[in-house]
Amino acid sequence: MEKEKGRNILKVEDLVVAFSMYQRGFKKGDLEVIHSLSLDVNAGEIVAVVGSSGSGKSVLAHAVLNLLPGNARTAGKITYKGEVLDAKKCREHLGKEISFIPQSVDYLDPLMKVGKQVIGVRGTKERQEEIFQRYQLAPETAEKYPFQLSGGMARRVLISAAVMGNPDLIIADEPTPGLNVEMAMETLQHFRQLADDGAAVLMITHDIDLAFHVADRIAVFYAGTVVEVAPTEDFIKGKEALRHPYSRAFIDALPQNEFKPLPGTQPYAGNLPKGCLFADRCPHRDGACASDIEMREVRGGKVRCVHAE
Amino acid sequence: MQLTVENVSFRYTEKSPWILKDVSLEIKEGERVGIVGPSGYGKSTLARIIAGYEKPSSGRVLLDGESLPEKGFCPVQMVYQHPEMAVNPRWKMEKTLNECWHPDEALLTRMGIEKSWLTRWPSELSGGELQRFCIARVLSPETKLLVCDEITTMLDVITQAQIWQLLLEVSRKNNLGMLVITHNMTLAGQICTRVIELPEINRL
Repeated sequence: MEKEKGRNILKVEDLVVAFSMYQRGFKKGDLEVIHSLSLDVNAGEIVAVVGSSGSGKSVLAHAVLNLLPGNARTAGKITYKGEVLDAKKCREHLGKEISFIPQSVDYLDPLMKVGKQVIGVRGTKERQEEIFQRYQLAPETAEKYPFQLSGGMARRVLISAAVMGNPDLIIADEPTPGLNVEMAMETLQHFRQLADDGAAVLMITHDIDLAFHVADRIAVFYAGTVVEVAPTEDFIKGKEALRHPYSRAFIDALPQNEFKPLPGTQPYAGNLPKGCLFADRCPHRDGACASDIEMREVRGGKVRCVHAE
Repeated sequence: MQLTVENVSFRYTEKSPWILKDVSLEIKEGERVGIVGPSGYGKSTLARIIAGYEKPSSGRVLLDGESLPEKGFCPVQMVYQHPEMAVNPRWKMEKTLNECWHPDEALLTRMGIEKSWLTRWPSELSGGELQRFCIARVLSPETKLLVCDEITTMLDVITQAQIWQLLLEVSRKNNLGMLVITHNMTLAGQICTRVIELPEINRL
């Protein structure tokens, strides 16, 4: 099937994810880690997801791929090419049309040689050799076990496995840490190539400065929801072009800018404030922040802040 | 205090290839030295040797002319890239934090460690939250050199800036030396007093 750019591939609407946990003794409670989150990714585009650690970025990836553990409860709607992505559809597509690059190198099977893991069920030896060459992995790497690889090599093995097929949707959870800048940049350029060929890429990353080079849109996460989605140009232009105070704080904290941290920490999922989740760290806080804040359109982007204009 | 790495070579077995060969470097008191280099070139191995977790195949690591103490508090401490693998999963955070010294309230506040986190298990905290514990527990006044192996790679940029600003403050106050492994050259430029390219001093 011809890949048609601009067509919606992945759509997440009002996603809620909660984990049921024992709180004290036998009392069970729900810990809601993602709240009314909406995001879409179209063919031919890279959407980068950035945000604080522990804001639910990986949980989103796992929710889309039906990889959440048994104690998770989800609500909302996730569609892939217009059809609801349930566990059965996911099993059908995963490894063929949809591929996943997990965050942790622990996802490799410790007892299987990596060459065999990369080939998987549907790949070929020739394709594996070609991909290893592209990612500068020596041919003998295929004969090694995961514990014999360095962090960066293991990362490249994970990426190789994901591009084995010809995926329409790639979900990459932190594909670049542990890689040196050249290698990280090359990996991202490769994602760009895949997107230019018509794939949709959802890329979770902390390397926001690298994302600037390849992403089309950037979504900023905070405490389990999206606070801003904006075209990448707005992030490059600097903080004035952005809409949410948290995104602006992100720009200030970059080592190439002011390297200035915003004080405080993100609220714990079990103890969330009413209204705006960012209010206690926000310089513009007032009475209006205590009500429920809806996502709205501002200057060609989306933002969850009553004061944005 | 001064750390001297003298002709350190390392390989895993007699037959395996050399990872480090005749690596020598010096870190003076209060100096913050960055180590950069491509992935798989032995940066983390060097860090583990300097912190005393790995014995070099030949060569030695000296602190003020003496080898690292085998017993008691080691003045060279290390913070790892993956905090979730550096804490005991069966200890609550309070026990982990106070294992070798008792950080005071002021430090915990500055580190952004909330009181309620102390009674949690490691699996209930995010990577960024855990990393704060891993750093606070090694900032004892007895620590003279801190080896930081990609300690903020998996953190968001705001947390990264928070942690580094605090470490810089402690480093200046306690005259704490640092060995900083990172891939981020701009970050190295902000933190380090000197940057070394590992391939240039590794005589492979």
